[in-house]
Amino acid sequence: MTRLHLKGGHVVDPASDLHSKADVVLDGGRVVKVGKNLREKSAKVIDCRGLVVCPGFVDMHVHLRQPGQEYKETIATGTRSAAAGGFTAVGCMANTVPPNDNPAITESILAAARDEGSCRVWPIAAVTKNMGGKELTEFGDLKRVGAVALSDDGLPIADHGVMRRALEYAGMFDLVVIDHAEEPTLAGDGQVNEGWLSTRLGLPGLPREAEDLHVARDILLSDLTGSAVHVAHLSTQQSVDFVRRGKKSGVRVTCEVTPHHFALDEEAVGDFDTNCKMKPPLRTKADVKALMKGIKDGTIDAIATDHAPHHSDEKNCPFDHAAFGIVGLETSVSLSLDRLVHRKVVDLPRLVQLMSWNPARILGVPGGTLAVGAPADVTILDLEREVTIEPTNFHSKSRNTPFGGWELRGGPVATIVGGRVAWTAEKGFAKR
Amino acid sequence: MTLSTRHLLSIRDLGPEDVTLILDTAEQMDAVSQRAVKKVPALRGRTIVNLFFEASTRTRASFELAGKRLSADMINFASATSSTSKGETLLDTARNLEAMQPDMLVVRHRSPGAAHYLSTRIGCRVVNAGDGAHQHPTQALLDAFTMRRHHGRLEGLRVAIVGDVAHSRVVRSNLDLLTMMGAEVTVCAPATLIPRDFENYGVQVTNDIDQALDGAEVVMALRVQFERQASSFFPTTREYFQYFGLTPKRLERTAEDAIVMHPGPMNRGVEISSDVADGPRSVILEQVSHGVATRMAVLFGGAAVEAAAEAEADE
Repeated sequence: MTRLHLKGGHVVDPASDLHSKADVVLDGGRVVKVGKNLREKSAKVIDCRGLVVCPGFVDMHVHLRQPGQEYKETIATGTRSAAAGGFTAVGCMANTVPPNDNPAITESILAAARDEGSCRVWPIAAVTKNMGGKELTEFGDLKRVGAVALSDDGLPIADHGVMRRALEYAGMFDLVVIDHAEEPTLAGDGQVNEGWLSTRLGLPGLPREAEDLHVARDILLSDLTGSAVHVAHLSTQQSVDFVRRGKKSGVRVTCEVTPHHFALDEEAVGDFDTNCKMKPPLRTKADVKALMKGIKDGTIDAIATDHAPHHSDEKNCPFDHAAFGIVGLETSVSLSLDRLVHRKVVDLPRLVQLMSWNPARILGVPGGTLAVGAPADVTILDLEREVTIEPTNFHSKSRNTPFGGWELRGGPVATIVGGRVAWTAEKGFAKR
Repeated sequence: MTLSTRHLLSIRDLGPEDVTLILDTAEQMDAVSQRAVKKVPALRGRTIVNLFFEASTRTRASFELAGKRLSADMINFASATSSTSKGETLLDTARNLEAMQPDMLVVRHRSPGAAHYLSTRIGCRVVNAGDGAHQHPTQALLDAFTMRRHHGRLEGLRVAIVGDVAHSRVVRSNLDLLTMMGAEVTVCAPATLIPRDFENYGVQVTNDIDQALDGAEVVMALRVQFERQASSFFPTTREYFQYFGLTPKRLERTAEDAIVMHPGPMNRGVEISSDVADGPRSVILEQVSHGVATRMAVLFGGAAVEAAAEAEADE
């Protein structure tokens, strides 16, 4: 493996309290040196002048669709999409077909990632068998073969008793349970945020209270069991408040927010745009404001995309027939830089916490820092790069995004995974 | 002078001038329907397809008659007999019909936004004949026609709408139209059947039917949509009728010249008593006649009243 000398960039690594011009040297899959004006004899130089060098970004909430729904995405295409979006690692959700509820599936995902992956893949296994919400999966065995967290994402764990037992049992193995917070009897067959939008469009609404109720439940049960709970794709003002209060009283709760929930509000649905159909739905302007506040004050721990690829047939249909979800890997970093950094919601160290350090800590995986000895996973950003979102150029198999044509400021220019350059904006993907 | 919109997908596509134009044209069209020979050549040589994915008698027949009275060639497609039962998508069905060069598609579908969806993907004019709980613009237009006939105006008209608001495309279209034309509307339903933020329509919302009916010049009953599980929103039809059913006694609170409307089909003894439905104030069957005239006006594309007269002269 080539020794790499990342020269002259602005290094942002909050975990080592670094926020200044520095060089980083990578070798043997590790960070070996960090410092000003380092001298290297034989290392390959990557000129990072004018660029920002960060620990590799981790998207802890991605649907890779393999096994079973390869017509939407595969581990190969999903990880290329991730690398081209500036991510060095993804957490992949368990709602494959069949679901990742046993060690054989977990191993098959890891094997495919090893053979065909362009970034690291951290499998998240199902909490319950067949994601049925009733019987727990074998947490111990799943962890032994490589699962890093547990989630029935896509489906909530409706039964509070099952959620309690899952948290208790997961605590023994130090696994976090990630909950898709949605109380099903209140959510019903809701299609968009419940309110004036759903009323006017005549679509069943998804009340914010369906999310709030489960977030409150998750915090109470985390407090009861002492186990870590992570709330996926938080979207409402009240949920942010619940998490803020939970953290204040010492509960082991963390949460994430998606770029689409802070970059768009429900008005984007317009005349039934199926690329604005997702769960949780786009919410009100007041909710977006509350998310921004939560991102700023640290209540929100991570930015995660909920990358949900769907075939065009599944979106090109009447709204209530369309699939929920949008792709996000190739828009996340630009949306975050444009909407959060350039608009001064957060500074760069905080962004790196949200996109690298925190998600790595929540999942309990290596990475998230450029400290000497850390994995040689690096995301290099150009804060001034003019980016126009072109879905036809996506590396994902799917194009379901509401951001087509958006012009954003800032984006990734290179992704280094385990000391190998996986992707650069200039040259695309490295040969494997 | 023509309509400001090509498609008719929602009342929100129209401005007040469009509404007035359609209602004025409908007056002319209604005159045609009163004659022995109920036909004008206005749309001779034009093809209109009725594409109905949801059960309908009244609306489908109304559009069919409207087209025929304008001399258009009308074709009916119903979901049970069409390729959708073989798994064809809505868009493929519409595209196949479009390949036969129709001039207009009249679409009914259970999904909100279905008409809008088709209008952005096919070339011919689309008229929405009901899309889920979203819109039913020609119903609102025929209702407005009926109100204007009886009261001579829409502005300042006191309208009470009572019933299953949640599942009703009729109420949404009516509120868009009536508020645009300056009517004063009160909507009344059980709390469980009033969607969130409903007052954003700019109407009064109440659970008290007596309050809603007080001084009303128009009373519109809405159907309880049992087929959309509306019955799970209240305990029994008996109690529903007790609190929300239109009875002669209740109507005593309305204005003396109040009319009673219902978009049909009626659940007698649930939202309306037979005494009221068949009573002197009922204009329910007039609504049906006006439906044909209004749809003739809509199909005609809102071309000027003069053009209709001209077409008649050509006959």
